Amino acid sequence: MDSAEPTRRDFLYIATGAVGAIGAATTLVPLIGQMNPDASTIAAGAPIEVDLAPIAEGQVIKVFWRSKPIYISHRTKKEIDEVRAVPVNTLPDPEPDQKRVQAGHDQWLVLIGICTHLGCIPLANQGDYDGWFCPCHGSQYDASGRIRRGPAPANLPIPPYKFVSDTKIQIG
Amino acid sequence: MSGTSTYQPRNAFLKWFERRLPVIGLVHSSFVVYPTPKNLNYWWAFGGILAFMLGVQIVTGIVLVMHYTPHVDMAFNSVEYIMRDVNYGWLLRYLHATGASFFFFAAYIHIFRGMYYGSYKAPREVLWILGVIIYILMMAAGFMGYVLPWGQMSYWAATVITNLFSAIPLVGEPIVTWLWGGYAVGNPTLQRFFSLHYLLPFVIVGVVVLHVWALHVAGQNNPAGVEPQSDKDTVPFTPHATVKDAFFLAVFCIAFAWFVFYEPNYLLHPDNYIPANPGQTPAHIVPEWYYLPFYAILRSIPNKLMGVIALFSSIVILLFVPWLDTSRVKSATYRPLYKQFFWIFVAVCILLGWFGSKPPEGWYVFFSRLCTFYYFAHFLIVLPLLGLIETPRPVPHSISEAVLKKGKAVAAVAMLALAVGLAGLVGSPSRASAEESEAPPANKWSFAGPFGTYDRAQLQRGFKVYHDVCQNCHSLKLLSFRNLGEPGGPGFSEAQVEAIAAEYKVKDANDQGEIAERPGRAADHFPPPFENDAQARQVTGGALPPDMSVLAKARGYERGFPKFIFDMFVPYQEAGPDYIVAILKGYTNPPAGVSLPAGTQYNKAFPAPHFIGMRNPLTDGQVDYTDGSPQTVDQYAKDVSAFMMWAAEPHLEARKRLGMQVMIFLLVFSVLLYFTKKKVWASVH
Repeated sequence: MDSAEPTRRDFLYIATGAVGAIGAATTLVPLIGQMNPDASTIAAGAPIEVDLAPIAEGQVIKVFWRSKPIYISHRTKKEIDEVRAVPVNTLPDPEPDQKRVQAGHDQWLVLIGICTHLGCIPLANQGDYDGWFCPCHGSQYDASGRIRRGPAPANLPIPPYKFVSDTKIQIG
Repeated sequence: MSGTSTYQPRNAFLKWFERRLPVIGLVHSSFVVYPTPKNLNYWWAFGGILAFMLGVQIVTGIVLVMHYTPHVDMAFNSVEYIMRDVNYGWLLRYLHATGASFFFFAAYIHIFRGMYYGSYKAPREVLWILGVIIYILMMAAGFMGYVLPWGQMSYWAATVITNLFSAIPLVGEPIVTWLWGGYAVGNPTLQRFFSLHYLLPFVIVGVVVLHVWALHVAGQNNPAGVEPQSDKDTVPFTPHATVKDAFFLAVFCIAFAWFVFYEPNYLLHPDNYIPANPGQTPAHIVPEWYYLPFYAILRSIPNKLMGVIALFSSIVILLFVPWLDTSRVKSATYRPLYKQFFWIFVAVCILLGWFGSKPPEGWYVFFSRLCTFYYFAHFLIVLPLLGLIETPRPVPHSISEAVLKKGKAVAAVAMLALAVGLAGLVGSPSRASAEESEAPPANKWSFAGPFGTYDRAQLQRGFKVYHDVCQNCHSLKLLSFRNLGEPGGPGFSEAQVEAIAAEYKVKDANDQGEIAERPGRAADHFPPPFENDAQARQVTGGALPPDMSVLAKARGYERGFPKFIFDMFVPYQEAGPDYIVAILKGYTNPPAGVSLPAGTQYNKAFPAPHFIGMRNPLTDGQVDYTDGSPQTVDQYAKDVSAFMMWAAEPHLEARKRLGMQVMIFLLVFSVLLYFTKKKVWASVH
C-alpha cells in the first residue's frame, strides 16, 4: 500500500482478518471452558449437614465438603480461655477468637483444614499451641486455627456454615 | 523447503536467531514465496483442508481425553458424561466424531483428485506413497477411535476387525489373542486401542511433514499436468494460495458445522448408543461409511483367507499406482479414454460402498463381486493397457497456454458429481437392514429442524408418564434430578426438583457406616428400579428392560433410498422418537397363524418377527394430566418419547442456538474471504 489513505482494498483485508481473528478467539472459549468444573462437580458441591451431638468435648472430627477437609472441633473451656487470652495484635494474622466462631456457640470451631502455606492438611491436637501442626513445613496453629509460628501467612479459613439447631450445622 | 531461503530479516534479534535456527526462513520459503501453479482449481484446496481436519481431530481429541475413561465398565458412561456434564462437552465430542467423517471425506476427494490429474507420476511417486501411508494410518486411527465409546458397534467392530488376522495360517490365532490381550475383546483391548489411538495422530503428523516436504521438493502438480517453466506460470503461495484455500476451507466448514450442530447423529449408528454387550451381536453390523467399499470387497470373496488378502490388497495396490499407470501424460484432461475409465472407477467405488452397507444376500452378492473384480482390474489391466493404446490429446506447452484455453468446466462439473456421490455414500451405512420393515409414520416434533426447541409442557407431561408408568421397570441411570431443572429441559423449578428428588429413596452409607435409604437430593442420579439385571429379568418375566437414558438415540429404523439423502438436508434426526411412539402404539393381536413364544407380545412396529418382551404399558386415562391435554395412549406415547429425546440429548437447544451463531459467522467469513480472494487474484492471468 503506497498511499497513506486507507483504500477500499485495505478495508476488505482488515475486515476479513478481524472476522477471522474473532472466530479463532471464540473457538478458544469451549477449549478453555471444558477444563472448568463440570455440572456434576458443581451439583455435588451442595451444602451438607453435620450432626454435632456425637462429638465429645475435646474431640476433633473431619468431614469433607467440596472435596475439602473440614475440621469440626468441640473445644474445652481451657482451650477457649487460652486463645482468648492472647493479645490479638501480637499475632501474625491478627483476628480475635470471637470472630472465628458463631455467637453462643463458642465451643464449636469449624475450619477448612488446608494449610494456608502450600495446601497440606495440618494434624489436629498437635504442636505447641493446643491446635494444629502442619507436617509439611512446620506451620503451627492454635485452638482457634490462627497461625502462630511457621511459614504459613494466614489463619485457617472458616467455611460458610450456619447452625440449623443447637446440635446440627449446615456447611455451605 | 526447496532451495535456499530468500528470507532477509531486518530486525537484529531475528537476524541473530535466523543464523542459529533458520526456521522462519523455512516457513517463509515453504509457505510465503513458494511458487504455486497459477491454474490450480479448488480441488487443490483439500490438502489444506486435510491439514486443518487433522488439527481439529488432535485438538478435540486431546481435550476429550481429559474427560474420557478407558475402562470397559466406565468408557460408555464417561462419553455420556462428556455429552451431559462437561462444559461444551457435547460440542467437543460431536466435532470429533463428525470430524472423523469429514476427514475421510476430504481424504477421498484428495486421493481421487490425485488420480484424475496423475499427481502420482514422476517426479511425485514418493509424495504419493507417503500419502497412501497416511491414509492407512488414518484407517487404523479411525477404527481404534470408533472402539473407544464402547457401544455395541464399537465392540463388534473390534471383534470383527481383529478377527481378520485370524485368517493368517498357523500364526493367526496367536496373533489375535495377542491383539486382544485375552480370550476375547475386553478391557486390555480397549486400553491398548486407546493408547494407540492417541499415538497414531502424531505419527500421521510426522508423515504429513514428510508428505509436505516431498511436495515442496517436486512442486505441485496442476490441472494441466505440465510443470511450470517460468515465473509467469506461478504465483507466490502467500497470499494467493493461502487466501484461496482459506475461502474454500470456510465453505467446507459450513458443511461440517451443518452436521455438527444440526444432525450430529446422522453419521453415527444408533446401535452404538447401546453399551457393549459381549453376549449379543447386533442384527446388522456395518462399518463406518468410509470403510464400506473395503468391507464389500472382504465379503465378496467366499474364502476367509482370500477375502482378507483381497481387503488388504485393495489398499496396498494404491502404493503401486505410479508404476501401473504407463501413460506419460499426467492430466486426465488430455486423456480421453482414461477420463472415462476414471469415472467408471469412481462409480465402482461408490457402488462397492453401497453394497458394503447392504446385507450380503441375493443379487447384491453377484454385483459386489463384479465390482470387486473391476476394482482390481482398473489397477492391474486398465491402467497399464491404457498407456499403450490411448492417443492423448495435445498437451499444452505451458501452464499459461493451458489457462488461455480454459476447458476445465466439464471437469469441475464431473468432480462435483463425485462429491455428491460420496455424500450419498455417507448416508447409506447406518440405515442398513435386511428386510424393509414398514417405516413408522413421522410425527410432528417441536424439537425438529434447525430452529426446533423442546415443548416444556410436553416434557413435563412426558416425565409424568415416565414417573407413573415406565420407571417401574426402566432405569434412567445417566440422569440426575437436577437435570429436570436445567436450562433446555422440562423447566421444573428448583423447589419442584427438590420435591421430586425427595420422593425417591437413594441408598447411601449413613454415619454408622450402614447402607441405608435416604430421600434423594437434586445432585443424585435416578435410582434404578432393580438391584441388578438378574432381578430385573426375574420380575419382568425374562426380558431385560433397557435403560432409558439414551434410548431415543439408540433406536431408529431403515429410512431407505432416497429418503436418507433428503434426511441430510432437512435435517431429520427424530427416527428414535418416531420409533418409540410406533412401539407404544403398535400392540395388536398376532396375525392368524402366528403363535407367540411364551412371555412375548405381538407389536407390529417391533423388528420382525415382531415379538416384544414388554407388555403393552399404556392405556387411555392411565396417567392424570393437569394441563388439560388429552389423556390418551396417543398423547402419552408422544409425550414420553419427547421426554426420552430430551433425556438422550439434553443440550439440543444449546447446540442449535450455537449452531445458528456459527453458521452466520461462517457465512459472513466466507463472503469476506471470497471478495478478498477476488482482489488478491485480480492481477493474475
